[in-house]
Amino acid sequence: MSNQPVDQSRRTWVTMACAAGGVGGVATAIPFVSTFQPSERAKAAGAAVEADISALKPGEMMTVEWRGKPVWILKRTPEQVAALKSIDPQLADPDSERKPAELTPEYCRNTQRSIKEDVLVAVGICTHLGCSPSSKFQTGPQASLPDDWKGGFLCPCHGSTFDLAGRVFKNKPAPDNLEIPPHMYLSDTKLLIGEDKKA
Amino acid sequence: MAEMKQAPAGASNGEKFMTWVDNRFPATKLWNEHVGEYYAPKNFNFWYFFGSLALLVLVIQIVTGIFLVMNYKPDANLAFASVEYIMRDVPWGWLIRYMHSTGASAFFVVVYLHMYRGLLYGSYRTPRELVWIFGCLIFLALMAEAFMGYLLPWGQMSFWGAQVIINLFAAVPFIGPDLAILIRGDFVVGDATLNRFFSLHVIAVPLVLLGLVVAHIIALHEVGSNNPDGVEIKQGPKDANGKPLDGIPFHPYYSVHDLLGVVGFLIVFSAVIFFAPEMGGYFLERPNFIPADPFQTPLHIAPVWYFTPFYSMLRATTDLMVNVLAVIIALGAVLNLIKGQGKSKVVGLVIAAVVIALLKTFEAKFWGVAVMGGAVVILVGLPWLDKSPVKSIRYRPSWHKLVYGVFVVNFVILGYLGVQPPSPTGEMVAQVGTLIYFGFFVLMPWWSQLGTFKPVPDRVTFKPH
Repeated sequence: MSNQPVDQSRRTWVTMACAAGGVGGVATAIPFVSTFQPSERAKAAGAAVEADISALKPGEMMTVEWRGKPVWILKRTPEQVAALKSIDPQLADPDSERKPAELTPEYCRNTQRSIKEDVLVAVGICTHLGCSPSSKFQTGPQASLPDDWKGGFLCPCHGSTFDLAGRVFKNKPAPDNLEIPPHMYLSDTKLLIGEDKKA
Repeated sequence: MAEMKQAPAGASNGEKFMTWVDNRFPATKLWNEHVGEYYAPKNFNFWYFFGSLALLVLVIQIVTGIFLVMNYKPDANLAFASVEYIMRDVPWGWLIRYMHSTGASAFFVVVYLHMYRGLLYGSYRTPRELVWIFGCLIFLALMAEAFMGYLLPWGQMSFWGAQVIINLFAAVPFIGPDLAILIRGDFVVGDATLNRFFSLHVIAVPLVLLGLVVAHIIALHEVGSNNPDGVEIKQGPKDANGKPLDGIPFHPYYSVHDLLGVVGFLIVFSAVIFFAPEMGGYFLERPNFIPADPFQTPLHIAPVWYFTPFYSMLRATTDLMVNVLAVIIALGAVLNLIKGQGKSKVVGLVIAAVVIALLKTFEAKFWGVAVMGGAVVILVGLPWLDKSPVKSIRYRPSWHKLVYGVFVVNFVILGYLGVQPPSPTGEMVAQVGTLIYFGFFVLMPWWSQLGTFKPVPDRVTFKPH
């Protein structure tokens, strides 16, 4: 090292050059990181889908694809609908009060979480880590479920349970009820999923 | 410019050639520093095979990986079929693929044993903190590499495993959902995700891994290897050349010694490849022989065995567990209030209050992720958590062996539970297991000093055979 005093004006130029170079480096990183975002093609694949539920009998469920996710359409029996209210105390959010804007459209903020009392439309993706819960419509004691099970869904990944309105049980890994997608009836038996009257 | 050396008169052509090279590239110097004159303690035992074995498995993974890429197609519509094509139609393709899939599990077997060796003999203590930290980073990179590689066959377990782990990131407060989309490149795991994981698995992470391995070895060779006695051979007696008397050159002594380990390893490795490549569903899970189906989660989904201890801890973090953690932190603060002194009392109280507030603010799902990440990251702190006056387990109080035993058994139980479907009993055991795992580390500054320590010899204990 030399013993000459530091030339402050040169030091200033070096600092400025480094800062300008740094800004350039960061700016160059932006396009690279941006390529991680969903492509235009992926964004375009989000259109609403129609579903015909005329063949659906009480107690049966069908699945349609919307935005690459499974959407369940479940026609509940009158007994199943009647049982919903009785399990309220076991649920984490029985009245769909959490994150209502994201999870429950206004017209579904009721005990059944549905427009028609018997037909549940829900995104079949667990709010914990995104597995697709399996249907457990059989009532009574069985593996991984409580003895007073009244029918619902069990997530195979981390054991979260949901009732037949997609409401999550207390003290389970899933924090929220299943998402109810925006939807509307085009006719008595025809559903449009992904759009509602508001839009 | 360095001075040009001349080969001595009458030198062989080989010597002349090496002199020519050494004047331009430090080949002999590098060889001597890292192999020929790297003095390692002479008392290495069985546990010291696993470092060189990890290097061997890395080479196996890179070589087999290069050949797999020649036939694999990173496309959601083609990936599954291209793996089956490798298995059925490519000559010997099945062998290369099984070497790679078995190699992944073997990597973790070897690395877990290698890390446990470090734990037993205090190999992370001064001056080897950076050796240990580079090692922890290698472990992290390895986990990323294994996770992204597992998506590539595009089977049911690939798809849903990735779905779950990427959704972990969505649990991060505020930025989570956007972060998950940025990782997937789509709103669900799909072709974009597969493509980028392929790129990261075959290029980015292996480059990082190689760099870290070089750093790990350079750091190790700077400070010298620890040994089962935890005695510093550099501080012991030296010979006329200043080389430690308790050290022997890596080559030929340990290069030949490690060859024994390599042969033993390859016997077991080959047996698995040829007779049990799926290892009863533990190395290659059965649902992964079904093509990925975004509408149907397999009835039972579990990560590959090497992730299950951490996965168990994630699953164990329910609302109840968060409350238990809050109570434990509160008790810790109270204890600190009684036993602590001066400012630390207030600081402890404030920290505890903030942590409890955070625990109750964010949902249990996020804390599950934090617990799982914390279980890996806490390893980095070991050099500063361990306050035992001796390094090696050999000279610690005998009951310390019991503590390490409990830690290992607990880790295995957590691993077992992570493979099992969720159950209330399993959840409770995993919650206790999680507390034991973290207790081992968090309480280490306290328990590692307790008990009567045995005198450490001045030189390594070694019986020549």
